[in-house]
Amino acid sequence: MNTEANVPLLEVKNLRKYFPIYKGVFAKAVGQVKAVDDVSFSVTKGQTLGIVGESGCGKSTTGRTLLRLVEPTAGVALFEGKDIFALGAKEMRALRRDAQIVFQDPFASLNPRKTVRDIINEPLQIHQVSKGKERQKRILELLDVVGLSSSHLRRYPHEFSGGQRQRIGVARALALNPKLIILDEPVSALDVSIQSQIINLLETLQHEFQLTYIFIAHDLAVVRHISDTVAVMYLGRIVETAPADQLFSQPSHPYTQALLSATPEADPDLERNRIVLTGDVPSPLDIPTGCRFHTRCPEKTDLCTKKDIHLFDQGGGHFVACHLRTAASAV
Amino acid sequence: MSLLLIWRQLKRNRMAMLGLLIVLIFTLAAIFAHWIAPDDPIAMNLRQSVEGPSAENLLGRDELGRDILSRLIYGARISLQLGLIAVGIGIAIGVPLGALSGYFGGAVDMIIQRMIDVMLAFPAMLLAIVLVSILGRSLNNAMIAIGIVSIPVYARLVRASTLTIKEMEYVQAAKALGQTDLGIIIHQILPNLLSPIIVQSTLQVASAILWAAGLGFLGLGAQAPDPEWGAMLSSGRDFIRHAPHVVIFPGLTIMATVLGLNLLGDGLRDALDPRMKL
Repeated sequence: MNTEANVPLLEVKNLRKYFPIYKGVFAKAVGQVKAVDDVSFSVTKGQTLGIVGESGCGKSTTGRTLLRLVEPTAGVALFEGKDIFALGAKEMRALRRDAQIVFQDPFASLNPRKTVRDIINEPLQIHQVSKGKERQKRILELLDVVGLSSSHLRRYPHEFSGGQRQRIGVARALALNPKLIILDEPVSALDVSIQSQIINLLETLQHEFQLTYIFIAHDLAVVRHISDTVAVMYLGRIVETAPADQLFSQPSHPYTQALLSATPEADPDLERNRIVLTGDVPSPLDIPTGCRFHTRCPEKTDLCTKKDIHLFDQGGGHFVACHLRTAASAV
Repeated sequence: MSLLLIWRQLKRNRMAMLGLLIVLIFTLAAIFAHWIAPDDPIAMNLRQSVEGPSAENLLGRDELGRDILSRLIYGARISLQLGLIAVGIGIAIGVPLGALSGYFGGAVDMIIQRMIDVMLAFPAMLLAIVLVSILGRSLNNAMIAIGIVSIPVYARLVRASTLTIKEMEYVQAAKALGQTDLGIIIHQILPNLLSPIIVQSTLQVASAILWAAGLGFLGLGAQAPDPEWGAMLSSGRDFIRHAPHVVIFPGLTIMATVLGLNLLGDGLRDALDPRMKL
């Protein structure tokens, strides 16, 4: 981490988000859903961090806390040296020009009562960027960048297909020339044929505008394709993180191995050793003691049920949170 | 949703079209009263007091010999004006209250909703009577009172819709873009409240007209010699036995208007409901 190219744009440390559960007349907090429980990672400028995990593992919450759409319970998120979570309202507003988000559901993320022009104009309006003709030019430019044309300007979201709507969402996120874009399952709601179009578009844009992505998804193939680094989340925690190639070729954590073995392969003759996990994901209300994966882990030992474990460096940027792997590398 | 689509949907509903026709007739009567009315609505002619319908006076004359048809036509002007202004007052106060309540939740919601509860605890008509008694009897005060009585309806309606809309992802997107809370309410939420408000307003105008007629009947609304429908009913009620036309026609007019608005409102509700779409 000595060259300038490796400077992290965003560094998240010990991020936590607990949702209290209220019950009864006096709204007493009776418990907490630990959606994100001590998550740390960093994203290098111009690169893509992929975050994968089952639904409910806290990956979306992680993304949203970074933009303060959900207020974090604890933690630090340094964006170019400034702590996002400590910013005042005004500074936060300024930061929003640099960090944007694209949502999963292109049907829900565009206001049905607004035309495409209004939707793309919104960020420019809010931040008072350019005026009159210049702004119109910028709107057309953005449409062009995401592959839509000026004939779409006056249409409403419901007149578009899913892929086109997602393009509108991307144009809106790009409008303020952000440095970081959080992609919250941007292709999960799209047809497979459209997914690749959007992925390609995102990649092109990344090169063109030197964007940094946090790509949240549950589709491993997509994440593998677009990410430089991948973090695997389970029950509010990152259990393994490594450069994409390494994670997919040499998964270390039993959970990652199980996830990878569940990816369908387009070869019917291939011999496959599927690791089938039993049971359900435990409730984030009541997280198991010790390693939080031990209830479903095929390799669990006594130690796993007793002692909690954090990410452990395996070298080469590969971190794993597993007692067995720690022991193995220590011996 | 485009207007054309709404119109097409509405056209398929016969009752709604009947409602629209009735509302249109009354609106036109109100606007062009001056040209349509066959006679001066307040010109008395005591010699022809309570004269029945004839070729000369289609709906007859009232106790002071005034032409009932003309009075009803001018009355449309008063009733529709009153309905619109009263509903306008209800919207102007109820919608912001509901939006703030739904959007911010917590203590703001608590305070606003308890105030609304207090208003809802009294029957609307009773509350309107109390308000007019406090403000003094006049058409304008009746209008204000009915407007105030309409506030809870809008506050509740808008609050409920806001609760749903504020969870939508496009509101999240606007937040991510740095739009202020007020900006989000005005630019993201309000446009989506438009159709429930339009539907409710159509029905609410009908209620307002009915309440105004009620107040007029009690002598708390329009004052003589204004040709207000409720007041006409009231002043004619002594003659109900030997000259029933004096009360029948104002009564029918009120009924038809309220029915028309309600039919239209129900039709609009169906037409604007996205689930009813083809």
